[in-house]
This record gives sequence, C-alpha cells and structure tokens, in this order.
Amino acid sequence: MTPTTIGALLPLFSGLPLLVGGLLVTTGQRLRLHAIVNICTMLVMLVSAFGLVYHFWSNDGGAIAHQVGPWPPGVAIPFAADMFTALMLSVTLLLTVVSIWFAQASRAANSRYFAPLILILTAGVNGALLTADLFNLFVFLEVMLLPSYGLYVLSANRKLPLRRVHGARLYVTMNLFTSTLYMIGVGFLYGTAGTVNIGVLADQAQDDPTVAIAGAVSIFALSIKASVVPIHGWLARAYPGTSPAITALFSGLHTKVAIYAIYRIYAVVYGGDTRFLWIGVLFFSLTMLIGVFGAVGEKTTRTILAFHMVSQIGYILLGVALFTELGLTAGIFYLLHHMIVKASLFMSTGAVEVRYGTGVIGALGGISRTEPIIAVAFMIAALSLAGIPPFSGFAAKFMLIVGAVESGQIAAVITMLFVSLITLLSMLKIWTGMFWEKGSGGPATKSGTLITSHTRDPYAHEASYTPELATEATRAQVSTLTSTQTIIEADESTVPARRINFSLAAPSVVLALITICLGLGAQFLLALTGIAAEGLYDTTQYVQAVLSP
Amino acid sequence: MTLSITVALLTAGAVYLFTKREMLRIILGFVLIGHAGNLILFAAGGTDRRTEAFHPSDDPSAMVDPLPQAFVLTAIVIAFAITVFMLVLAVTGDKSDDTADKVEKLDVAAESYSDGVRHQPRRNTTGQGQP
Repeated sequence: MTPTTIGALLPLFSGLPLLVGGLLVTTGQRLRLHAIVNICTMLVMLVSAFGLVYHFWSNDGGAIAHQVGPWPPGVAIPFAADMFTALMLSVTLLLTVVSIWFAQASRAANSRYFAPLILILTAGVNGALLTADLFNLFVFLEVMLLPSYGLYVLSANRKLPLRRVHGARLYVTMNLFTSTLYMIGVGFLYGTAGTVNIGVLADQAQDDPTVAIAGAVSIFALSIKASVVPIHGWLARAYPGTSPAITALFSGLHTKVAIYAIYRIYAVVYGGDTRFLWIGVLFFSLTMLIGVFGAVGEKTTRTILAFHMVSQIGYILLGVALFTELGLTAGIFYLLHHMIVKASLFMSTGAVEVRYGTGVIGALGGISRTEPIIAVAFMIAALSLAGIPPFSGFAAKFMLIVGAVESGQIAAVITMLFVSLITLLSMLKIWTGMFWEKGSGGPATKSGTLITSHTRDPYAHEASYTPELATEATRAQVSTLTSTQTIIEADESTVPARRINFSLAAPSVVLALITICLGLGAQFLLALTGIAAEGLYDTTQYVQAVLSP
Repeated sequence: MTLSITVALLTAGAVYLFTKREMLRIILGFVLIGHAGNLILFAAGGTDRRTEAFHPSDDPSAMVDPLPQAFVLTAIVIAFAITVFMLVLAVTGDKSDDTADKVEKLDVAAESYSDGVRHQPRRNTTGQGQP
C-alpha cells in the first residue's frame, strides 16, 4: 500500500473500535457475541499494527501522516505514525487482547458493558498514540480514561465493596486533576506558540523559553499520569482496587501512553534539548529508588507489583533523559519489554488471587506445587523484571546501562544496578510468600489447600463474618483461622487439586513466552527500536509528514 | 488583567476546597479549577489584543480567536461528564472513605476518654441528609 492509503486508514485505529463499541451497546446482553466481536476487532487492529511495523521496517524508518478533513496542514488535526507509534500500537493491542482473554477467564467480563468499554478505551489509547496535536491528545486521553473509570468500578471484586469506590475515587480525582493541569499546559502552549500542532511546534521550545515553560507544565502533568516521583503514590493505591484483569490492562496501557507522550513531546517540541536533561535524570533516578523501596513495606502482591511499576517507569524514562540514540533505543526497548512483563506478572499473581481468594503475601503457600505452570510463568517474568539473562529484561537493562555510561551518568548507572538487586529481592518475597512452600514440610501445603476449599464456600464456617467489612487482610486471617479449625478434619492424604485452569493460566504463560523470545531474539527488536529511536533523535521526517498535505 | 485575577481567585478557592476531606468539596474544587483552566484557554487566545467576533473593521487579526473557544467547549463537556461521575461516586461510596473510617475511630476514642471530644455526626462525602 502507498503511504497515502495507509495514512488515510490511520484514523480507523480510533474510529473502528468506537463504532464497534457503540454498536455492541445496542445488542444487549449477548455476552458471547460481545466477546467474539471484541476479540476479532482487536485482532484486526493488531494485524494492521504489525503491518505498520513491517512497513516502517521495510522502509527503514520514515513517517506517515494524514490530515483529517482533509484540511490544509496546520489547520487540520493530523494523525501521524512512525516506527515508535507502530511498535506501541502493536504491544498495547497485544496486551489488550491478552487482557480480554484473562478477563473472560476470570469472569471479570460478565457485564454487557465490558466489551463496549474496552473498545472505547482502545479507541482512546490508539488515538492518543497516533495524534499529532496536543489538544487532541488531551481529548484522546479523556476518551481513554472515561471508559477506564467505568471498567474500574464495573469489574471490581464484588466481595470488596469497601475498597472499590475508595480506589475509584482516588483514581478519578487524580486523573481529572492531571488532565486539567495538562489542559492548562496546552493553553499556555497555545498562548505562547500560537499552535498546538506538534509539527508546527517542532523545536520551538529550544528557541523560546516561554514555550519551554508552557511545555514543561504539560510534561509535568503527563509525568503525574506516568507516576513519576514525587507524585507516584496514587498508582499503588488505585491500581490494586479493582479486579486483577483490569489492573493488568491498566498497567499496560495508561501509564505507558503518558510515557509515550513524554518521549514524543520532548523529542519534537524540545528537539531533545540538552539543557533540561539533568532534571529528567535526577527525577527518574529518584523514581527508580523510591518506587522500589515503596514495595518493601507492602503486603499484597498487587501493591508490590504496582510499586515496582513506579520503579520501572524510572528506567523507561531515563532513556529520554539521556537523549542519545543508544539511550532512546534502550528506553523504547525497555518500555515494550516492561509492558509485556508487568502484565504477565499481574496476570500470574492475579490468576492465583482469583482462584485462591487472596493476594496477601504469606496467606498462601505451596502454590508452586499445585500450580506449576503459573509458578514457572511468574518466575520467568519476575527474573525478566529483575534483569536476569536470557530474558528480555536483561537486554533492556544492559542497553540502558551502556547508554548511561556512554552519556557519563555514572550515578544513574549505580542506581540502576542497586535497584535491580532490590527488585530481585522483592520478587523473591512474592515467590516465597505465595508460591514456595511455607516452613518445613507438610502443614504449609495443607493450609494452602485448605484455604482453597475454604474459598470455594467462603462464609460457611463463620456465621458472624460479614463480607461487607472484609478487607483482604481480614479475609486472609479468617482463612487461616478456619484452616486451623478444619485441619483436624482434613484427610492427611489429600492431593492438592489444580484450580487454575488452562484458559486462566494461558495469558501469563503467553506473555512469559514472549519475554523469553524477546530476550533470545533481542537483536531483532533492537533493530526495530533502533529505527524508532532514530525517528525521535532526528524528527525531520516526522515533522515533514505532519506538515505535508 | 481581569482574567488573570479571576483565574488566581478560582485556583485559590480550588486549592482550599482540595484540602477538605469531604468528597463533595473536592468535587466543587474541581469545578472551580476546571473554570480556571477554561479561562486560561480563553486568555491564550489573546483576549488582550482582540475584540468580539464580527467586528465592524473586518480585520481577522483583531477578531476573537475561535480556536480556544472550541477548546473550552470540549473541555467543558469532558469536565461535566467526569464531575457527574464523581458525584455518583460520592453518593454510592457513602461508607467507603478513609476519612469516614477515621471519624468513626475518633468517636470510639471519644467514648473512652472524657476530655470532652463531642460525638460528631458523620459529615462525610455524600451530602445525603443534608439540604
């Protein structure tokens, strides 16, 4: 296909899911139909995104843009794509497909609004990735966030009504505040530069300090959305408040879109200005450190993983703070690797949480014996997150360290190595607290199994136990209580039954396999991210495409 | 000048309301800061050097810039939708706030200590039962 044809099809990445989502609402309570149409739409877009990657790969870079309208350039709202966009589209859509699968398997999707909301969410994500207009980015961020609020409340664990609204409130207020701030930043940009078109804004922040300050307001707002220290605390409180499936989906999409926007704005509007890079290096190194220390005191798997996400976001953004070709390559590689690995971790621990009823560290034990597949998937993703070869995390971290050494950021290198170690320790904490057998010998395994039988009929033993007041911690306590009560009744020879079926285990396993493939075939992905980094380092092609009719 | 003073006042009001613990006041704070943002967008259109639309002079550079107005319209719609959603959250989540829990714990403490801490009726979040 010619670039013009591809360009004309770009808005469909956003338009198609909007249309399908809208149509699905009208079909009512046909959940099977919803699931099929949902997955099919995502797959069509996923294949198109792969096609886009192939196009840029075969052309060795370049950029495609389309003036929606077609109004003249500068007036029209452009949709633009280059290798970076195409890679992000592919991975976000891949994660969406896998998350939908996981949500179906964990029964988080049994609402007639689930599929439409996911589709509209995807429309927002794709639009935010493709748009080359900063105000339009604000609109697409909102298109992405509004269905997220719905999904957050819709798919929250019904046994925990206490936490879900509390988490939702935090999530909504945080995002509305950030969006308002971003909008104000865009207003300042329009006031100072007279445009919000990224192509026209190119390099203006380098020449004009007022534009740089206005852009800084927008980037600051985006950095809150990406949960950069010092405003990172909301993430670890809001994300675990919903169902595991939605946590996994959000972890792959929301913060990452903000990171993408930071990369794009800094590369194009600031032209990679070296004067401001130290701010980034400082704050992103702090993000790594504080995020990983935040995880130390946490007691549930999802809060630990959420804090690790904060820490990893520091790594990803360090790539843009180095702003060398190598640093950007490593940063983009890290971003893609992280999205996959993090979702895999959320899904493997989420599968345990769904079936065993708790994500509290230490409440379960011996899961690795009953659920070897999930345990292996978790271990692979955890080692990859910590940066152990041969997984993709090693390649990502190694590249980033080489890039930082090249730029002379030795303090950042030491931070990265130190944080990797703590990450590994934290992952081992989940491993020993959830998957490995507790204590010496049998009782631990038994208590694990007993909790299992207990969660099947959670409130049978405790008449006074009210589900409305349950928090995860108290539930775990109750679980252990009842398990000690019933331990006498339990048959000594009970063989632990596998409770996580294939379809629930598949998502995390697939993503764990992908991280192995990316680790072993890192050369190929590095070639692709290298092209993406070139496009950011030298933005002439992107800007030309955005400004040409 | 008028615009910037108004923006400053609205932002100050919003920050004051954000420091309150009730969800309803936080929402009102968002209403204020949303207006502040909208006025900033208006100001970005150059209100200091432009006049009203369809100005007799027919000079486009002297007429009001329509683009920020379109921005503001979009922003108002979005902010309105989210405000309504937040109000729903404020009502449905009657008992699910950190703040509410702490008030309850204080009440328990008040019963055991006799230092005159009055039993406070729960005034959280919802606006239920309030005029």
